[in-house]
Amino acid sequence: MAIEFLPIAILFVLAIALAVFIVFLGSIFGPKRYINTKMMPYESGMTPIGPGTRRMNVRFYLIAVLFILFDIEVIFFLPWAVVFRSLGLFALIEMLVFIGILLVGYVYAWKKGALEWE
Amino acid sequence: MTGMDSLFLIFAVITLISAFLVVTTKNLFHAALWLIMTLFGVAAIYVLLNAFYLAVIQVIVYIGAIAILMIFAIMLTQRVMNPSGRIFNKNWIIAALLGAFMFIGLVIISMQTGASKTTLPQISGQLDTVSELGQALVSPNAYVIPFEVASVLLLAALIGAIFVSRKR
Repeated sequence: MAIEFLPIAILFVLAIALAVFIVFLGSIFGPKRYINTKMMPYESGMTPIGPGTRRMNVRFYLIAVLFILFDIEVIFFLPWAVVFRSLGLFALIEMLVFIGILLVGYVYAWKKGALEWE
Repeated sequence: MTGMDSLFLIFAVITLISAFLVVTTKNLFHAALWLIMTLFGVAAIYVLLNAFYLAVIQVIVYIGAIAILMIFAIMLTQRVMNPSGRIFNKNWIIAALLGAFMFIGLVIISMQTGASKTTLPQISGQLDTVSELGQALVSPNAYVIPFEVASVLLLAALIGAIFVSRKR
């Protein structure tokens, strides 16, 4: 039932309310002194390297695409794995074919060096 | 109006408003953030339709991966944070008309055919949807062919992404 998702809904509402509340409190009680160091982009306490809006390396994109593809593979694996024991040999062969086709892509990605940063 | 209906209304309004903001916000990065809100609203609607696994997939794949991919794609473009171009160009009336026609056509088609007349077997939508989905994915009289074709599609996407983004 959808009612099982009620805790998640409560969590969402609480999280949003807490965030709004804290920002609201800060904007009311916090002193507002704008100095140069304070207005810098936050980079974990370091002096920022370059502008915050610079172009990212295209490798990030490749990593994200690979992540999505393997993510979707897992989405297909999970329902199969839940009922695997009751399905028999045919389902196993089906999944082996599925994995086999995707393994070709995995080997290709490996050979092309897409899994390495440099 | 039952509680379910009002919940659906709330999430539908959230989804529609954030979807509208996706296409009207000037800052592409903010548009991506609104897109995440839209996808979340769709996930909530899936929950209300008892499609729990689909809702989890929506959160994991769409919000967790595809939205991140969108943000990376946006950050690859230049001048993200200070957009200078206009949102609407002179073709917007034609585009709006085409969109309206497409919407009307889809409504007519879905009213004529309806979900009950599909040829493939339907997942019953009872409590244990994941195991039913697992059975349907690999049983020969249900979704085996789409399942295997999906792997070919994923393979094509993988090779395409590597080919496009590698150094030449």
